[in-house]
Amino acid sequence: MPVISATAIEELKLKAKKLRKDVISMIYRAASGHPGGALSALDILIVLYYTVMNIDPKNYLDIERDRLVLSKGHACPALYAVLADRGFFPSDWLDFLRKIDSPLQGHPDMRRIPGIEMSTGSLGQGLSAANGMALAARLDGSRRRVYVILGDGEIQEGQVWEAAMTAAHYRLDNLTAFLDYNGLQIDGWIRDVKSLEPLAEKWRAFGWHVLEVDGHDYTSLLEIIDRAHFHKGAPTMIIAHTVKGKGISFMENQADWHGRAPNKEEYVQALAELEK
Amino acid sequence: MTEMMATRDAYGQALVELGRQMDKIVVLDADLSKSTKTALFAEKFPLRFFNIGISEADMMGTAAGLAASGYIPFTSTFGVFATGRVYDQIRNTIAYTKLNVKIVASHTGITVGEDGASHQALEDIALMRVLPNMMVVVPADGRQTYQAVKAVARYEGPIYLRLGRPKVPQVIPAGLFFELGKAQLLKEGKDLAYLAAGITVKPSLEAARILESQGIDAAVVNVHTIKPLDEELLLQVAKKTGALVTVEEHSVIGGLGGAVTELISEHHPVPIIRIGINDTFGESGTPEALLKKYGLTSENLVNAGQAVVQKKRQLSC
Ligand SMILES: Cc1ncc(C[n+]2csc(CCOP(=O)(O)OP(=O)(O)O)c2C)c(N)n1
Ligand SMILES: [Mg+2]
Repeated sequence: MPVISATAIEELKLKAKKLRKDVISMIYRAASGHPGGALSALDILIVLYYTVMNIDPKNYLDIERDRLVLSKGHACPALYAVLADRGFFPSDWLDFLRKIDSPLQGHPDMRRIPGIEMSTGSLGQGLSAANGMALAARLDGSRRRVYVILGDGEIQEGQVWEAAMTAAHYRLDNLTAFLDYNGLQIDGWIRDVKSLEPLAEKWRAFGWHVLEVDGHDYTSLLEIIDRAHFHKGAPTMIIAHTVKGKGISFMENQADWHGRAPNKEEYVQALAELEK
Repeated sequence: MTEMMATRDAYGQALVELGRQMDKIVVLDADLSKSTKTALFAEKFPLRFFNIGISEADMMGTAAGLAASGYIPFTSTFGVFATGRVYDQIRNTIAYTKLNVKIVASHTGITVGEDGASHQALEDIALMRVLPNMMVVVPADGRQTYQAVKAVARYEGPIYLRLGRPKVPQVIPAGLFFELGKAQLLKEGKDLAYLAAGITVKPSLEAARILESQGIDAAVVNVHTIKPLDEELLLQVAKKTGALVTVEEHSVIGGLGGAVTELISEHHPVPIIRIGINDTFGESGTPEALLKKYGLTSENLVNAGQAVVQKKRQLSC
């Protein structure tokens, strides 16, 4: 496990507050976007981009970099906030999310944004692309790793399960997937729309090494990612139990906050909560 | 005697040669490698061949990931499964991203034959042509396919390469080299021009010969690259002949006929007759019987040639 001190964890938590503000401000200014799924995935992205992944924002096309595919592309404000903070592009780009001529498109575009490894937005396709990247790393004889973040609603897409079989068949142990298990999709609770359970058993039956974790707890996330790295012969699925809208009280666990921007009042309240 | 060869066989052989020359080439298939002929590559380069199983959507995405990491993936399956079945995957993950993925469909058009409508891609060119960044190539014979595959491998960007199942005769002269985007004027003519692609080049040449005996001078152009169209040559031919017949083993909507009428009506309107599949699905039968039933014969092309010349004359009086 990467040795990480209690102070480092505290620093990550401070960073998370700043990035949550960035996400909310970005979506507020854009007057559209997806806060719920961005906030549920943010802590996973923070752990990956600030402690785990081998990346160099100054040399972001380095062949040996680790790759991340945000398969649930609508959560991109979280990734944009992280990439800007890590220096992949200037922070003032965040002011123009979803605006005309802005690189920060409504869904990630690898041809416009440094640090975006795959364009996503049409759900269910990211795991296949991540598999391709993992196969490429193996062909290159490289130790670089591939990460992919899937939505829980997203895995209702059949292609995800095609890709799950492919990753297991090719024993892609250089691939680590996260399932952002926030329990919600657009039309409501997943268990009401189309249930995923038994979920861990499904992935195990598909040949994956499956781990579960609190997707907002940095120490646990670090520990579990470390276990994923050491597991040989199969890809790892980390089922991350998360809260949609995490960090903003009135957004938490509300399907309604999947894809709408806060108004002025809500924005002020959200910032106030994050100041605490 | 003309040598017979299926375009898919030429593809399989070209891949093997390319595999030796370019170590970044990888090949993906979806449980049809014996039919698509990627099995030849698989045998020689097992580590660079990935059978993704009957998971075409996943195959396209996996290819995108390989391309994003510097590889040159060729993905193969039948035309219906290589296009419509995985349209959103191609649109969002290959065309929008402009990734260097080669989509090579081995069984397309009516000459898939006995398998019938479910397996006869008659709309694949239309589907691929409307995608930004996508190039669409339809070689005319085995030798041309061999050259096309090599050109496709060296071009950087997404391409749809449309091949066929049956053995077909060589029609393109050995000395005439394939260049992406450059149509080939196979026969000069001043009264009309056949603009053909794929296996319809041969009956077009035959029709031109028959018309010659009737005193009608027809040009024949092999439009092997349907996107981007060779606008310069096609407009030149339209200006010279003033009458066009498009010929394709594909719906008359959205394919070569569609592309040519868009170009010509905007820049140099002349009478056009589109020969192809008339907005209908296919059916089972031998390739020969199907070609006959659906009008892709030299006799039918002769009729179309006479008709378009007549249209031109009516317009000019
Ligand atoms: C193929 C496809 N179908 C539908 C949508 C519209 N859509 C966007 S987000 C979403 C719900 C996603 O739910 P989930 O994966 O659970 O994401 P999260 O809860 O993390 O936001 C839907 C249906 C889409 N983007 N892609
Ligand atoms: Mg969800």
